[in-house]
Amino acid sequence: MGSGRRWAVSFSDNSTSPSCRDIRDPPGFTRASVDQDDSTASRQKKDAESNWKAQKAWEVAQAPFKNLLMMGFMMWMAGNTVHLFSIGITFSALWQPVSALQGVGKVFEPYKDSKVELLGPKLLFIALNLGGLALGVWKLNTLGLLPTHASDWVSSLPPAQEVEYSGGGIPL
Amino acid sequence: MAIRSFFVPFLLLVLWFYSSLSPVLSLYEDQVGLMDWHQQYIGKVKQAVFSTQKTGRRRVIVSTEENVIASLDLRHGEIFWRHLLGSNDVIDGIDIGLGKYVITLSSGGSILRSWNLPDGQMVWESFLQGPKHSKSLLLLPKHEIDCINVVQTNLKIEKDNVIVVFSNDRLHAVSCIDGEVLWKKDFETESFETQQVIQPPGSDLIYVVGFAASSQFEMYQINARNGELLKHESAIFSSGFLRELSLVSSETVVALDSTGSILLTISFQNGEISFQQTPISNIVEDSSGPAVIIPSSVPGIFAIKINSVTIFIRVIGKGKLEVVEKLNQETAVSNALPISESQQAFALVQHAGSEIHLVAKLAHDWDANLLKESIKMDQQRGIPHKVFINNYIRTDRSHGFRLLIVMEDHSLLLLQQGAIVWSREDGLASIIDVTASELPVERDGVSVAKVEHNLFEWLKGHMLKLKGTLMLASPEDVAAIQSMRLKSSEKSKMARDHNGFRKLLIVLTRAGKLFALHTGDGHIVWSHLLHKSEACQSPVGLNLYQWQVPHHHALDENPSVLVISRCGPSSDAPGVLSFVDTYTGKELNSLSLDHAVVQVIPLPHTDSTEQRLHLLIDSDKHAHLYPKTSEALGIFKREFSNIYWYSVEDHNSIIKGHALKCKCTGEVADEFCFDARDLWSVVFPSESEKITATVTRKLNEMVHTQAKVMADQDVMYKYISRNLLFVATVAPKGSGEIGSVTPEESWLVAYLIDIVTGRILYRVTHHGAQGPVHAVFSENWVVYHFFNLRAHRYEMSVIEIYDQSRADNKDVWKLVLGKHNLTSRISLFSRPEVITKSQSYFFTHSVKAIAVTSTAKGITSKQLLIGTIGDQVLALDKRFLDPRRSVNPTQAEKEEGIIPLTDSLPIIPQSYVTHALRVEGLRGIITVPAKLESTTLVFAHGVDLFFTQLAPSRTYDSLTEDFSYALLLITIVALVAAIFVTWRLSERKELQDKWR
Repeated sequence: MGSGRRWAVSFSDNSTSPSCRDIRDPPGFTRASVDQDDSTASRQKKDAESNWKAQKAWEVAQAPFKNLLMMGFMMWMAGNTVHLFSIGITFSALWQPVSALQGVGKVFEPYKDSKVELLGPKLLFIALNLGGLALGVWKLNTLGLLPTHASDWVSSLPPAQEVEYSGGGIPL
Repeated sequence: MAIRSFFVPFLLLVLWFYSSLSPVLSLYEDQVGLMDWHQQYIGKVKQAVFSTQKTGRRRVIVSTEENVIASLDLRHGEIFWRHLLGSNDVIDGIDIGLGKYVITLSSGGSILRSWNLPDGQMVWESFLQGPKHSKSLLLLPKHEIDCINVVQTNLKIEKDNVIVVFSNDRLHAVSCIDGEVLWKKDFETESFETQQVIQPPGSDLIYVVGFAASSQFEMYQINARNGELLKHESAIFSSGFLRELSLVSSETVVALDSTGSILLTISFQNGEISFQQTPISNIVEDSSGPAVIIPSSVPGIFAIKINSVTIFIRVIGKGKLEVVEKLNQETAVSNALPISESQQAFALVQHAGSEIHLVAKLAHDWDANLLKESIKMDQQRGIPHKVFINNYIRTDRSHGFRLLIVMEDHSLLLLQQGAIVWSREDGLASIIDVTASELPVERDGVSVAKVEHNLFEWLKGHMLKLKGTLMLASPEDVAAIQSMRLKSSEKSKMARDHNGFRKLLIVLTRAGKLFALHTGDGHIVWSHLLHKSEACQSPVGLNLYQWQVPHHHALDENPSVLVISRCGPSSDAPGVLSFVDTYTGKELNSLSLDHAVVQVIPLPHTDSTEQRLHLLIDSDKHAHLYPKTSEALGIFKREFSNIYWYSVEDHNSIIKGHALKCKCTGEVADEFCFDARDLWSVVFPSESEKITATVTRKLNEMVHTQAKVMADQDVMYKYISRNLLFVATVAPKGSGEIGSVTPEESWLVAYLIDIVTGRILYRVTHHGAQGPVHAVFSENWVVYHFFNLRAHRYEMSVIEIYDQSRADNKDVWKLVLGKHNLTSRISLFSRPEVITKSQSYFFTHSVKAIAVTSTAKGITSKQLLIGTIGDQVLALDKRFLDPRRSVNPTQAEKEEGIIPLTDSLPIIPQSYVTHALRVEGLRGIITVPAKLESTTLVFAHGVDLFFTQLAPSRTYDSLTEDFSYALLLITIVALVAAIFVTWRLSERKELQDKWR
């Protein structure tokens, strides 16, 4: 029994559940009209928004392509010799896709919607960035900075020790 | 000051830019003397003549065993001028003529030269030739000096001073003014050996005395004016003579008979020869053993030496002899010095422990001493060898004497008024061997006084430097800055530095003295004369080896060197080992061996105290292991079957390989002695080939990698073996001087021989080439220098050797996973497949020595250091001697750094390591790696010493000396200030925005 209970404050918002509404609505407010509006106008609006979101998501997904082209141009400009400029370009070409791939979730956060299919744009985005990464790696290779040759693995091998030892020379 | 900056990529970048801007390796003018030092020496003095005229500077003219004539300042011992004559132009005598010319006789008496005394310019030169059938060819080189005399006469022929020279069996009179030969006189007597040429003072006669056919005394009397023979007398003494004469007066000489027991007083007054025999036992009691005459020219007195006792004997009247003094200590007698019309003075120097006693006496009055002094002398200088006397008039008109003393260690000292006025360490002119040693690790705690003193100096120095940086310095300030840089105390500190630039150079000189030179400024840290022991009276220093180099477990031990010396000149004389601490110069131990030392093989093993194992081979081909400890024996036994040795017999052109067999089979069981057996031998045909040069790699050379990467990412594996020997042989006919044979008769064959198995890996013949061959072996390449008779030019060849059997290790995955056997130990008995590449280039200079730079890890590229005939050291990049050079290298090859092929090697004037200096009489170049990988220390020695630091690929791992620290500091401060200011500004702006 609530015999010892003097008063209580309930923080739960009951405004949307009409069943337990015990306060009257303010004058001029008809709850029924709001509910009906939702079903028509807002649905249209939502559709438009999700369309827009989907479109935007595709745009965002395609953005690395432009980047890719620009990177390719820059790489072509940088040439195949190892110097400050070409190394800088190559490392930025490697870093950009990697950082973009790390933030895939963040990039598509604004377009998250139950109705929007984000898998396609995400895959495209990832694919394009992987393409960018591949371009960077390819550039690295053309610069000769990838250890793909035998020479890269033996260049610091110390000389083999010999079992035998001999000394001597012309008598003192 | 160089700070390591491995971890500051920014600075590295700056450095990279900087280094790519300056294309040549050279110094700025103000950098001379910062890293390098140069010391000038003259060698052991043979003869000294004083020139103390009233006007002009006082000087002493000396000739030395290093073949130098030099004029030294009598006040400070500095060199006024100096000439080094060639090694085939040995100085026989020097004197001063007319008070302004230095007269030298050299080349076995055939070249007479006159030099201007003040500046050393040559005035004239004349060649004195003797009859072709000259008997002087029969003279032994030991007697040559005795046989050739320069007699300076005061005789005037038509107002001209005359020099009388006896050489090549002919007597010459030469004008002092222009070197013209006035007259010459031949002697007909068969086998005549001249001993003395005498001119009695104030007479026109010249006496030439000597021996013929061992028992005949000959005397010629010659008119000094025209060379006319006035009288010829000879007398026979049946028991023969020893080939020494001592001049007692102008008409009396003293000789010894062939047994060394009878003194003969020979007088030839008025052309009559008379003998007077005096057995030594009559005048000297307890004389045992043969006597030797000490050459001297004191009138009325001569000296003989019996065992180690020096006896002075006076000639009284007609052949009567009287002993005046017996000295038991080592004694040196000076020349006679006329101090007045009738008086002649001379000096005696005796060695007594830590002191030397000087006595100057008048020749006719033995008992009165003009001078008697004792001077404390460093025991490391040994005994006095020679003394020269000179006098000066004091203010009270009495005579003062100064003595020039040559000590056992070849040092030269001037003594005056009981003190050493100056000394010169001229033993350093004849260095035999060099090794490097680390300095002690720096101890903590510097005294306060030192810091305070230094603080003021430090502040002053930095103010000056700041002035210099801001270009406010006056010329005096600039000079002060420069001298401060040169004398920086940092350089000559007695402690190890971070970069390993400060080291000790341990040098062994021909006198048997060890010196430790500091690499910072070349000062002598300590010196040590090898001790004489009971068993060995005259040890001859041979070689230096690093005995103990503590770096891992035995850090509290001091490093030490092993000095191998031999007891006497013959090659089978017993050896002596001395172990010397390199920090203190104390002799730790000395071993007199009972066997000879023919070869010393430092083994690549050390014991627990980091003592290196050494194998000493004696003349019977027994191998002796040192140190003689059971631990060393244990280590040695483990490696027993893998240790070999080889011997080069260059006189009969055989190289033999040996292996150890078993313990010595002698009477005395010695477990440290091993027998050897012959394993292989390479016999060169003696009618067509003669060994001239053999070179191996340096034992302590570090090689970083075994692979050489080509431009197209291809790999070649270097054949790197410690057991490779480069041998050059020439045709026996062509072993003489250049130009003595036609190109058809002369050839040079170069071999690469494996010294474990005796396998000849490579052989190449250069037709029409001639020695001398100088070669250097490093990593997998040899560079050698010879003369091309067809092209009439010097040539340098390079051979690079590659291992073909490793060439198929090309699978990247195997290499990534480490599944290869490239680093496993290999046996030389497995059949090697090698390929060689070689190329030859013309080279302008003839060469005295070749060395190669060596660095701590062997990463830095190499430079050849070539000692040129002009006594300079030239650094030549190894890239110029690359067999892969071609006339038109492809783009990829150019990128790799291959230089287009040219027919001759370029000599870039800026790449002379010695810049404007000369290392007179250059004999050897030694390189020592510093701790800093980019840098190598170079020490060149001859009569002079030169030391510098080299960075063959520039100092890529440190900041250069002229790096502007101030600019860096200012930039950092400015940046910090800018950050602070902008931060404050932005704060304020933000606040204002919020209030708006």
